[in-house]
Amino acid sequence: MRMLRPMAALVWKDLLLELRSRDIVVSALVFGFLVVVVFNFALKVSPERVAELAPGILWVAFAFAGTLAMSRAFVREREQGGLEGLLLAPVSRDAIFLGKALVSFLFMLVIEAALLPVFAILLNFTSFTLTLAGAILLATLGFATVGTLFSAIAVQTRSREVMLPVLFFPIILPVLIGAVEVTGAAVGSGPETGVVTRWLPLLAVFDAVFLVICPWIFSIIVEE
Amino acid sequence: MASAQGASSSPRSGLAFPGLNGVLLVGTGVLMLVNLYLIFLVAPTDAVLGEVQRVFYFHVPIAIVSFVAFFVVFVASIGYLVTRKSKWDSVAHAAAEVGVVFVSLALLTGIVWARPVWGVWWTWEPRLTTTLILWLIYVAYLMLRSYVPNKSQGALYAAGLGIIGFVDVPIVYYSVQWWRSIHPSAVVGPLADAGALEPIMQWVLFYSLAVFLLLFLYLLLERMHLRNVEDRLSALRFLSRMRR
Repeated sequence: MRMLRPMAALVWKDLLLELRSRDIVVSALVFGFLVVVVFNFALKVSPERVAELAPGILWVAFAFAGTLAMSRAFVREREQGGLEGLLLAPVSRDAIFLGKALVSFLFMLVIEAALLPVFAILLNFTSFTLTLAGAILLATLGFATVGTLFSAIAVQTRSREVMLPVLFFPIILPVLIGAVEVTGAAVGSGPETGVVTRWLPLLAVFDAVFLVICPWIFSIIVEE
Repeated sequence: MASAQGASSSPRSGLAFPGLNGVLLVGTGVLMLVNLYLIFLVAPTDAVLGEVQRVFYFHVPIAIVSFVAFFVVFVASIGYLVTRKSKWDSVAHAAAEVGVVFVSLALLTGIVWARPVWGVWWTWEPRLTTTLILWLIYVAYLMLRSYVPNKSQGALYAAGLGIIGFVDVPIVYYSVQWWRSIHPSAVVGPLADAGALEPIMQWVLFYSLAVFLLLFLYLLLERMHLRNVEDRLSALRFLSRMRR
């Protein structure tokens, strides 16, 4: 595939930048950690309510930390004029989009992998299952796809810190609902029958829809 | 650049609009008065729900018109991305603004209806939730338009959001529906008695829908005309600054 090489180069570039500066993942991690702690006090998470509240807290933390990481990823491109360089390069826009989305996906996975154990310890639940892993992978893919499109847009606006969440959350809501439902089933709250078999494929369908639409829109609307 | 194009797109079209709009304004005004007469004096009072049921003749048409408005945004956004004509962008922008007004009214009239009929102001039922999400998406759409410094770029971004926002609506609807089915609610099902509308009630409803569609058309054209004037004004300002 012609697209794979520019994608790989783009991913490598961002990973290298991140390995050297570590500012995106670390700041998003600390922020996500903070969200968990704040929710613990705001909701008074007692042991008997953990199963009920944990999925929501987990995904709010993931989503907030994720938007932070994604907006930072494009701010960096803009500050150094990197995006113009990318768009001038003789590669397809799809490759640029998918490369950036893949980077965001990887960053978010790293953040989630680091947050999950902290989360499990602080809220005292230990039920990491394959289902939960599947939900995290699928939902994060959806987040990264939609988030990349909107952070590319938001970075060009005034008050971009506000614009990304305002654009992102209404659109991503179905993925968030699905992720919370599956996590709830995995943690053991609510009726488990049918939840996983219903929502996991649905999350995959959402991802497929967004993976078709978002690169297409990106390639049309992003100009130098 | 887009503003300059929009400005130079024949001043005559700017003059032709008020004529059509004047007719629409007077026509819609008269028909709306008839509509109010029909709703409050002709339509029979609902046997079960009482007078509050009359909100229905506003709420349903307004909600339908707001969906129509967002469909117009969707179509015009595709039109803009394909043709890059600022006319399409103008349609999308105007439809989104009017649509936000209508969807806000739909939510408010819905709340007025829900309290006496269901006993709660709000319930996270799929239709209500989807409407609320619609409101959020298109408020974000208007924010995006006003926050992008470069106007032609803002038009492109808004077109992208106009498309993805509309595609997202059925997805939101079905996911909320499935989410609800897992969390049974205390509220009794929506509009349980809606199936049994009397013919006269139906006719009043259809008439009201037609009038609100006309109102939408009028507001849409008026807003487009206004934008046209705005574009011309900003182009003139730009020119006068250049000459100085």
